[in-house]
This record gives sequence, structure tokens and C-alpha cells, in this order.
Amino acid sequence: MAKGDPGVTTRGRRAAPRSKPKATAGTGDPELVQLLTPEGERIESAFGPDGTEYRVDFTDDEYRGLYRDLVLVRKLDAEATALQRQGELGLWASLLGQEAAQVGSGRALRPQDMAFPTYREHGVLYCRGIDPIMPLGLFRGVDQGGWDPNEFKFNMYTIVIGAQTLHATGYAMGVAMDGKTGGDEGEAVIAYFGDGATSQGDVNESFVWASVFNAPLVFFCQNNQYAISEPLERQTRVPLYRRAGGFGFPGVRVDGNDVLASYAVTRHALDNARHGQGPSLIEAYTYRMGAHTTSDDPTRYRIASEVESWQAKDPIARMRAFLTKQQIVDESFFAEVDEQARTESVELRERVLAMPDPEPLTMFDHVYPNGSPELDQQREQFAAYLASFEGSAH
Amino acid sequence: MATETLTLGKALNTGLRRALENDPKVVIMGEDVGKLGGVFRITDGLQKDFGDRRVIDTPLAESGIIGTAVGLAIRGFRPVCEIQFDGFVYPAYNQIVSQVAKMHYRSRGMLDIPMVIRIPYGGGIGAVEHHSESPEAYFAHTAGLKVVSCGNPQDAYWMIQQAIASDDPIVFLEPKRRYWEKGPVELDGPLSEAYPLHAARVVRPGTDATLLAYGPMVRTCLDAATAAAEDGRELEVVDLRTLSPLDLTAVYESVRRTGRCVVVHEAPSNLGLGAEIAARITEECFYSLESPVLRVTGFDIPYPASRVEEEYLPDLDRVLDGVDRTFGW
Ligand SMILES: Cc1ncc(C[n+]2csc(CCOP(=O)(O)OP(=O)(O)O)c2C)c(N)n1
Repeated sequence: MAKGDPGVTTRGRRAAPRSKPKATAGTGDPELVQLLTPEGERIESAFGPDGTEYRVDFTDDEYRGLYRDLVLVRKLDAEATALQRQGELGLWASLLGQEAAQVGSGRALRPQDMAFPTYREHGVLYCRGIDPIMPLGLFRGVDQGGWDPNEFKFNMYTIVIGAQTLHATGYAMGVAMDGKTGGDEGEAVIAYFGDGATSQGDVNESFVWASVFNAPLVFFCQNNQYAISEPLERQTRVPLYRRAGGFGFPGVRVDGNDVLASYAVTRHALDNARHGQGPSLIEAYTYRMGAHTTSDDPTRYRIASEVESWQAKDPIARMRAFLTKQQIVDESFFAEVDEQARTESVELRERVLAMPDPEPLTMFDHVYPNGSPELDQQREQFAAYLASFEGSAH
Repeated sequence: MATETLTLGKALNTGLRRALENDPKVVIMGEDVGKLGGVFRITDGLQKDFGDRRVIDTPLAESGIIGTAVGLAIRGFRPVCEIQFDGFVYPAYNQIVSQVAKMHYRSRGMLDIPMVIRIPYGGGIGAVEHHSESPEAYFAHTAGLKVVSCGNPQDAYWMIQQAIASDDPIVFLEPKRRYWEKGPVELDGPLSEAYPLHAARVVRPGTDATLLAYGPMVRTCLDAATAAAEDGRELEVVDLRTLSPLDLTAVYESVRRTGRCVVVHEAPSNLGLGAEIAARITEECFYSLESPVLRVTGFDIPYPASRVEEEYLPDLDRVLDGVDRTFGW
């Protein structure tokens, strides 16, 4: 969150909105919780499949903060993609199109909540207050993720698909065993994964465990319609959110391109978890606008018209339309946010280019918490070997 | 007879195509192997020509890929499974070591599991974590599995077909950083006359010391031998080709000729293949040895971040350093 921007994480005393947005009541698609249409119309409240009513009540400042988040995150992602193209990153997994799902759910987290991401959660990482340079170091190959997961309550990126859902489950069981659930101050845990990951044994096993241990856990699936080249139909024959029923906890599908609904649904599920009501599954229905990663070639498996139809549901465009229609902001606001995004991305680029390669001998560090004599010996030998090149070009 | 220059990747693709043509029971399965042709395009074009029942895009579940392949094999198919990257085989590890490897033994020979598990392995391509590992020792340690690795396009083309035709379950390790290297491939001729799958091969004869390597390190050792020749040392390079079982006879013959031996692999040294080979040579060739068998390997650390992988991976200099040490004894 930008400095001086109250945003939506500052809860509690909340100023009454100055211009109450016009809202339509009810929801069109019972399978999709939506609070902001692609045209930028506000929907006052929407109902989930189990009758839960979802609504949000944001101040104008909070709306502005969310818009700013979306734009900054998109720009950071675009900058990283460009850096990869220029050979500065080995790889980049873009979140283009998924900003609302990530910012909505990320801003719904309270400081005490713990998140377990995949490799694509740059927007959530940003919401957790982590320096956006961090994932770039990972993808540049100078480290394997440099933030402190405990300090930021945001775990390491996980590349093995689905593995983190079990880590999240165990962590959430620990929260419950520590007696940290049961009230407003309770802790909740969120596990991020993709639609492809729902096929993994680990994810299914974590559903089972979370359910029977009543873990304070929110499964947050970003269904971006593809697992690299494979479409959703290759992973499932039922809507993913309905899986939850078979494991014994609630599931809901939210419009993942709607930051307000993503926020509302996640906040509700987290609150249930922190109050001791166990896990739930959120399917954020969204779309991966770009390639799976920079090494992918989506033209091999995806048609242009599909991409276009999702372009019309863009998460940023609809927030912009809403803010304009409601006269919450004027044009200068958009220009100011764009300028901030530009400045931050230039800074980011400079810092990435300045990132040094690690010293060779550091690769021996942290293999074991208390060290290992054999490894120490290997390190010494290698140091001597390197030193034997002293004076030469090595 | 047709000889063509192919990359190692294309040689594998051509070998897979021929296996699909020759036996209707062969099926290829894995993540993204169909439309995309695999992330390395090794199965490129196969689904288009053989259909989606023979070249199957599976759910994203490694344990599921191997477990369902076991059922297919029992039913009479010959599944060829692709694990997308070395670091992602571990979710399937349980199925491989507990089911695939033991089914024949447990059923007292009544069931065969003629499956091939293809794994692009090893480092050197600047990848992120979990994409550069060398898991061969885990599988070589497991009775009931065979483990092979090809080092050049010719072997890639023939060995993949031999592995598919074999009734043994085979872990087929593909040196991913050599996928783009070219070499001549003899395309015709019967499988049975191709160089045997379980035989090591002298790929460069020499008299002064033996370099033992497989997969990605074969190229590195050949380069080291060329460099050593300029300094007047004639190194023999042996490509092991099969890691389990090892062709120890060929190894002993070479070491007895040269009297010195350096084993080279990317995997960590601790309990790696080099340890086994060194022990065997010591036991069998003790009186022929001029110096102890040495190892040049990766370190006993998790595969490091890619910006230091060149330091981690044995390279020409480290191989030559190992050779120097064996002569310095
Ligand atoms: C266990 C495992 N198998 C395969 C891969 C290679 N891989 C990386 S991402 C990916 C697709 C993931 O799709 P999904 O879960 O839908 O997430 P998305 O990337 O679309 O957000 C695959 C196959 C992996 N990282 N881990």
C-alpha cells in the first residue's frame, strides 16, 4: 500500500462515504458472487450458494486505495515481464488479469493472518508489505526468495504444485492447537493455488486434513482457466467450488476480476476461520491474460476470441469506470496513480539491474541449522580451489 | 541406410514416434505432452498424428500419472510417462519405488510393468529451483527399477525405443541441457542390433586415465579429454549409459588399461553413483590402480540458485583438476 494512502486494511473507525455509490440489488448469476459488474455498476449485495450474503462498505479513500493497488501491481508485473525479455530475469510468472483476485484477497487478510502462496502471488506479496524486488531476485536467480515468512506472514513461493496447501493445513492446525482461534483476534491461514493444482493429491489430502481437523484455513483457488496449456476441462468435470461439499466444508465461486467481491468473500471466509468455524474453499473465477510464464507459447493452445472476451471483464477497467461514474475521483487521480506506477517501476528496474550475483561460497550456507563438518570441509576445499585461480580471470 | 543430423531432443521425438508406430499398445502420458508437445517439445506433433488416446494430457498429478500407468501396464499397455522436471518426480516417488518397482516381485512374476518414466534432469539451463536436479541415485538404489541415461542423439534415439520395448520398468533420464546439441543418428535397422541398452561404451579411447561419466557430463568429459590431449595426456572417456545395473565389466577393463580413474557426475557426491563405482573398482582392480579412484561431482547441498550453478556444476576445469589430483598421488 502506498504511503499516506489509508487503503482498505485500516479498519475500525471508518468515515462515512461521502458519495454513496448507486447500487443495484440482487445478483445475476447464482454461481458467481459479484459486487461490481464489468461495466462498473455496483451491486449492493450478493448471495453465495449456501445463502451467505456478501456486501462491502468502503469509504471513497478505500476505493481509491484498491484502484491504486491494482494499477501498481499490474505495472510491477509488466516491468518484470519486460526485464525477463531483456535477459535480466531467467523467468517470470505473470499475474496479468488476476490482479483483483490477489488484491481483493490480499487486502482482506489481517496482520495476524498467514498466507501460503504459489509462484504467481506477486499481488498478495505486495499487499503483505513485502518489497516487490523480492520475487524478482528469485526469478533472476540470485536467491530463492529473500523475505522473512514469519515477519511478513507470507510464506516462501512454492513451485511444486499443490505442496503448499499441506504446509498451510499443518500451520493452521498449529494455530488451532495454540488456541488462537475463537474470536475477532483469532488467526486465519490462506492457501493459494491454481485450477491445475486441484488435481494434485496434496491439495485433496489437504482438503481432507483441514476438514477433519477443522483447521482455520481458507483455500483460495485462482481458476485462471489454464494449467500451462491444459484447459480447465482437463482437470475437472464439476465447478471447482463445489468440490468443497464433498470434503465437508463450504465452497463459493467469486468473480475473480471483481476486487470488491474478492475482498468480501475472502474476508468472510477468513473471519469464519478465525472464529473457529473451520475451512472453506473460494474459487476466484478469473483469466490468465498472458502466457503461463515467459517460456510458454499460448498461441499453441488458446484462441484469440477467448482472450478478447476476458479483456472486456478487465478488473482495472471496471474499477476505473466505477470511480468515474460515481465521481469519486477526477481525471487527475488516474494520472497521479499512473505516474506513481511509472516511478516505482523505474526504481524497481534500477534496483534489479544493480542486484549482485551471490558469492560462490554462500551456496554452502544454511544447509543445516547447526552446520556439518563434512560440508565445512567441502566448503574449505572449494575455497582453496577457487583461490588457486587467484590472479587469473576466474 | 539413413543417417541424419539431429538434436538430442529431436532424436528422442523421432524414437518415440517410431515406438508409437511399431506397437499400438504404447501410450505416452504426462502434463502438457499433447497440444504443447511437452515443455521441451520432446513429444511435439505426436498427439496430432496419433490422437489423444495414445498421447494423453493428464491431470496435473505426478502420483496419478505413475499410478494410473501401473494399471494401464497391468492391462497390457506400455505407458511412457513424462515427468515434466526432475524436481517434480518426488510426488510420484511413492508410486515408483513402492508400486512400479515391486509389482513384478510381489506377484512372483505374474505381473509385468513395462513402463518408461522419462525425466528431463540435471542443471545448466539457468532454471529456478526444482528444475535442475539429479535424482538418479534414489532410483538406482531401488531394486526392481532400471535406470538409464543417454549422452548423445544416437543413443537417445535408440535407447528410448529399447527402453519402451523392454519389459522392465525403466527410469529414463534425459540430460536436458543437451537437448539442443546435435549429432549423427543412424535411423534404420532393427532394434535388436542397436548398441545394447545395458552396455557402457568407450566414447574416446585413451591410455593415461579413465573418465567415467553419463548423461550431461559425457560432453564435458570429452571436452576435458581434448584439452588434456593438448597437454600430452591421453584420457579415455567411458559413457556408462546405464546406471542401474552398471556395466562394471566395461569399467574394469578400462581402469585396468589406464590405472587411474575419475568418476564425474552432477549429482551430489554423498552416496552418489561415484561412491558405488569407486568402491567397486577398488574391490576389483586394486592391483591395477596407480592412485585412488577420485570423484568430481556436485556438492552436498540443495541445487543452488542459477547464478551460481556454474560454480556448482563440474566443468572442464574441475574435471581436469580431478585428473591432476589423480596424477599427483
Ligand atoms: C508438482 C509439479 N508438477 C508440474 C509442475 C510444472 N508446472 C508449473 S506451473 C504448472 C501449471 C499450474 O497450473 P495451475 O495450478 O492452474 O496454476 P497457474 O500457474 O495457472 O496459476 C505446471 C504443470 C510443477 N511446478 N509442480
